[in-house]
Amino acid sequence: MKFPLKIAWRFLKSGKGQTLLILAGIAIGISVQVFIGLLIQGLQTSLVDSTIGNSAQVTIESQENNGEIFDYQEKEDRIRDQVQGVEELSPTLTLPAFISLEEEAESALIRGFEFEKAEGIYGFQDKITEGSLPKDSGEVLVGIGLAENLGLEIGDSLEVFNFDGDRGDVTITGFFDIGVTNLNESWIVSELATAQGIFQRENSITAIEIQVAEVFDADIIGEEIQALLDEDVKVTNWKDANQDLLSGLQGQDISSIMIQIFVVVAVVLGISSVLAISVLQRSKQIGILKAMGVNDRSASLIFLFQGLILGSLGGLIGIALGLALSYSFMFFATNPDGSPVVEIVINYNFIALSFVIAVVASTLAALIPAKKSSKLQPIEVIRNG
Amino acid sequence: MDSILTLQNIEKVYGTKIKTQVIFDLNLRFDPGSFNSIIGQSGSGKSTLLNIMGTLDRPTSGKVLIEGQDTGKLKKNDLAKLRNEAIGFVFQFHYLLPEFTTLENILMPQWAKNKKLEPEILKRAEELIEVVGLEKVKNNLATDMSGGQQQRAAIARALMNRPRILLADEPTGNLDSETSDSIYRLLKEINKEFQSTFIVITHDKKIAERTDRIIELKDGRVYTDLSQK
Repeated sequence: MKFPLKIAWRFLKSGKGQTLLILAGIAIGISVQVFIGLLIQGLQTSLVDSTIGNSAQVTIESQENNGEIFDYQEKEDRIRDQVQGVEELSPTLTLPAFISLEEEAESALIRGFEFEKAEGIYGFQDKITEGSLPKDSGEVLVGIGLAENLGLEIGDSLEVFNFDGDRGDVTITGFFDIGVTNLNESWIVSELATAQGIFQRENSITAIEIQVAEVFDADIIGEEIQALLDEDVKVTNWKDANQDLLSGLQGQDISSIMIQIFVVVAVVLGISSVLAISVLQRSKQIGILKAMGVNDRSASLIFLFQGLILGSLGGLIGIALGLALSYSFMFFATNPDGSPVVEIVINYNFIALSFVIAVVASTLAALIPAKKSSKLQPIEVIRNG
Repeated sequence: MDSILTLQNIEKVYGTKIKTQVIFDLNLRFDPGSFNSIIGQSGSGKSTLLNIMGTLDRPTSGKVLIEGQDTGKLKKNDLAKLRNEAIGFVFQFHYLLPEFTTLENILMPQWAKNKKLEPEILKRAEELIEVVGLEKVKNNLATDMSGGQQQRAAIARALMNRPRILLADEPTGNLDSETSDSIYRLLKEINKEFQSTFIVITHDKKIAERTDRIIELKDGRVYTDLSQK
């Protein structure tokens, strides 16, 4: 093994111009592949994050609309113990209600949470624009849009009611902005107990909201939970509700993979043709090595090793370039507020895969030249000078 | 004495549609340690014969026995091994690898074995460099030497694995008469010292006359075969 490697290395070193050219080709190809891959992944992550990052990815509800779920504490515990991949679990009592005003009534959605548990999903703490989280029973946060529409202020008291005859008085402790206009214009958020008090549902909730570690596994986890509870509950997940987004993401995935494949194919063709020429250029050397007793296998290994070396070096340089491109993209392509247009996350597995692709593709590209080298007869070289 | 190299009924035909026969029913035996020359006009089949003797080319029919072994029955890899261990080549062109230094070129037949180089191998390479008088240029790239030096390096390379047979095809064909004279003196000395069998093709009768045996080929047949010991 050592001998062909030595010859391969020396051939590459002595043909510096050619070697640098081919290295540049591999490096640029791989850098584009890495950059496009990371960019699309970043784009998808931020898209998914903005769509479902601050909402439930799996929701457990009663079969009937706004129906009650009892023993929710026990259900939570079972899910936590038996279902893998669940990150956040938050029970909620969410019911529509009206805010009574002097002459009319404004519709709103009252959402009772256990704030500690809901924090992991909604992050209210960071979204309060003014005031603070409710501490006592009867206190609420109001969406910033709703507050503006109705001209509400902190400390104001509101009367809420529904047509079932439930009613209650609540005090505003703060406003929040969760980034979605129609939620900001309709949500009133309180401690679970407050909502339970208003609607006289002391022992029940309407839903358990869940976030999972792998958002794309939400459907699988949903099915698991459905099977586990196997009761009068309905488990839904974000994927069912966002088919358009999913097919968009899939389309992006496919086009990204296509680009990457064509880039790699171009790299392979480049290496293959340069090495094929190199076999011709070195046919004298190969011929005399064979006359000296170098066997066909070693003669072909010389070129396979050249492919391997070129692929490894070119791959490393390409990855460095690709990362540099990604970082400079994040640095230069920014929103008006200075945050990057696309948050690129360095995916080490993907980078390792790119490196493996570079090495394997380059070695494969060297196969034809290697075969040529293996087939070369010393006598052809010696007879023809 | 058993012959080291035996050619039995060798014929060589080139071409498939239009056949050109270059060697006709040729029989030769070479004694170990002998210094032989093959002469003849161009086209007489000298080089073809040498390539057949060196297993670089296969005869159309007939047998090449090296140390009693029928080379026609050997697989390609075994032939490569045989060439590596038993045969040294010197061609009209030096065929040194330009990417390597003189010393590395001389070590090449050892490297080809793909084993670790023992210190005595390195010592041997240094000795050979001394024998052919290339101490000063041993670390030069093969391209940074004169034609004579390159040919000396090729000779040292051919001797690196202590071959039992050294085949040379007009080794001084590209050199001036003074240099070629010194190279022949060198070959002669090496022949005496290493006891290898030398078979040298030359068109120079004066050089041939200094060898133990002169074989003259004419139109692919042995024309004269003179031993002059």
